[in-house]
Amino acid sequence: MWCRQQCQAPCLAVGAWKRLAIASQVDCLQTTHMTMDGTREISLQDKKDLEKFLKFFAFKTVQVIVQGRLGEKISTCSTAASSGSDWFNLAIKDIPEVSQEAKKVLSTRIPAVGFPMCVEISLKTCEGDSMGLEVWSLEVHEKCDWDVKVSHTVYNRLSLLLKSLLSVTRVTPAYKLSRKQGPDFVILYRVYLGEVQMACLGEGFQSMRVGAVGTPMGTVILGCAYRTNLAFMSSRKGTEEDVEVSVEDLCTTSFSTSPASQVIPPSPEHGTNTRGWALSDLDAEQTSMDLTDTSREGLRIIGISNPNLPEVLANRKSGAFVSRPGTQTLPSLDPPFSSFLTNLPEQDDGDNMMNPPDSPDMESGSPRTPEDPYSTTSDDLQDDFIIVDMKPAFSKDDFLPMDLGTFYRGFQNPPQLTCFTTGSISQSMAAEFELLPEKLAAYEASMEEFDAFVETLQ
Amino acid sequence: MNCRTQSFEVSLEIRQLEEAVLAVFHSALLHRITGKFHYKREGTYSVGTVGVQDVDCDTMDLTYVRVHSEPLDRALRRAAAEFREAMRGAAAAGGGGQISLEFYQRKRSRWLFSDECIPWEVWTLHVRLLHLASEPDRQVCHERVGETLAEVIRSIAVVINRHEYMPKMPTESELPAVFQTGFPDVQPYLHRVAFTVPDGPAGSVGTAVRRLIKDTLAL
Repeated sequence: MWCRQQCQAPCLAVGAWKRLAIASQVDCLQTTHMTMDGTREISLQDKKDLEKFLKFFAFKTVQVIVQGRLGEKISTCSTAASSGSDWFNLAIKDIPEVSQEAKKVLSTRIPAVGFPMCVEISLKTCEGDSMGLEVWSLEVHEKCDWDVKVSHTVYNRLSLLLKSLLSVTRVTPAYKLSRKQGPDFVILYRVYLGEVQMACLGEGFQSMRVGAVGTPMGTVILGCAYRTNLAFMSSRKGTEEDVEVSVEDLCTTSFSTSPASQVIPPSPEHGTNTRGWALSDLDAEQTSMDLTDTSREGLRIIGISNPNLPEVLANRKSGAFVSRPGTQTLPSLDPPFSSFLTNLPEQDDGDNMMNPPDSPDMESGSPRTPEDPYSTTSDDLQDDFIIVDMKPAFSKDDFLPMDLGTFYRGFQNPPQLTCFTTGSISQSMAAEFELLPEKLAAYEASMEEFDAFVETLQ
Repeated sequence: MNCRTQSFEVSLEIRQLEEAVLAVFHSALLHRITGKFHYKREGTYSVGTVGVQDVDCDTMDLTYVRVHSEPLDRALRRAAAEFREAMRGAAAAGGGGQISLEFYQRKRSRWLFSDECIPWEVWTLHVRLLHLASEPDRQVCHERVGETLAEVIRSIAVVINRHEYMPKMPTESELPAVFQTGFPDVQPYLHRVAFTVPDGPAGSVGTAVRRLIKDTLAL
């Protein structure tokens, strides 16, 4: 973007002066002036320009953060000529849904001293558990820089800060999580104006400062606080009064290319004042908004306050070999293979095999008697176990008449090779020594063949 | 004017070298690049738009953002590849090396002397080569190098946003003294890549071989 503004800055190179770019057509020769009481004041035009810069910087900040959590790689083209939407000379696409949410928050005021804009990134699983991952904040501090030129220096520095944001959003832990989102969990975002809320990040969260830009109206600071403990802590929502920030207040961005069965249509009955979007600055009318599913290819914004969300997620198609939670049964208290024990002949003294027998007297050293429940013979072993035909899958009886068990047992005790028998070892060694000269002579004669073979391998 | 220097260190395998250099230098260049200037009448000029692109690294657990300009990417890849090849000789020695991205300004000299190149910012990456034999060690290295370079990228953002000295925006006639005008889609500040590798077979960092690679002028 460019426009005409003449700005003579004595700090430039000798003989150089430049005219710079904002949308205004009014020439600005002086950024600040002294008031009657000696305080410094920004000119009206610069103030308007600066507010516009801050507003669009806030919009682009939200876009960069949310697009960095889409779960897919971003790519925009460099162009020699810029368009009206390329604020800060950076090609950052505007996702309409995200712009809409940001405009709702910033419709009444822009980030100012005491009113930071925050973008909260959180994770929500298919079971309904959620966890805050990051809180990005755009704050304005009171410290002013009166010597900086709004129309050029501030604009360029805000552009640098946006580039830094692009870089840094890819190197926080939440980025890797966002690239893995899918049927198991999704990444949510929330934009609000007001005090930065870091309680959702758990203990031990880390903070970092992306950068700062001094302006005549205050210092713009962009920072991020991110969770370090990614061990999931269940935060199931109880009642609305228990949770300060309701999960239903979050705009979800499901970015997988899932089939249509996993598309979650927004519920037409959305809560209004339960959104918690902004502070009391917003009127009630502004909060009662119609959340329609403005779906785009590959990007879906799920309406908040969707009571059907857990149910739809639970009814999704499950993969093969996955047992539904409802089909799980408690572990059986019966002894293993208890069905094998039903065919045993009843004993006169009761079914000792079913009841836990007493511990045998091992210390006495007495041989076990047939009456002892633990006394077993090979014949008894055969009688105690029922042979189960284990035929391998997809096998045909005429092709493989034996069952898998027979096949396996045949290889359990293979006959010992004759070369490993004791008598044959010594005989084979002596024979080997006698044959050794002949073998060496044969190898030497074939040396050329061996060398040619080795060369083919290289 | 004193040149501003920033140095980073990373230990990695030779196969990770090229991507590490690209990740760091692209992150720095992202902040030292503008759209193309188009000067109009009365001294006004318009600025083009810089596109960005996410790049997933194959040899480490890292994604970085670079300027979406294929000629610029090719130039950096050439430099990174040359550095990697030079380091191969030093790989057996278990040594290290360094590669620098230097931003400079051309100052016209009087008389018949050639223009003077005055560096104003240098980003240096010191690398130490590792030799890992087992796959588990490589997996650990895959993640650790990604974390190290992520920290480097965060540090780059911190340094950049200190807003220290930068060349002033030039007039049309002085544009080539500050910016590289050869790229068709973007306009980076004048920069060049240089690297230093130790002696290879000798196993000691003896006489360093300094190679200057002029930034791509052949497009």
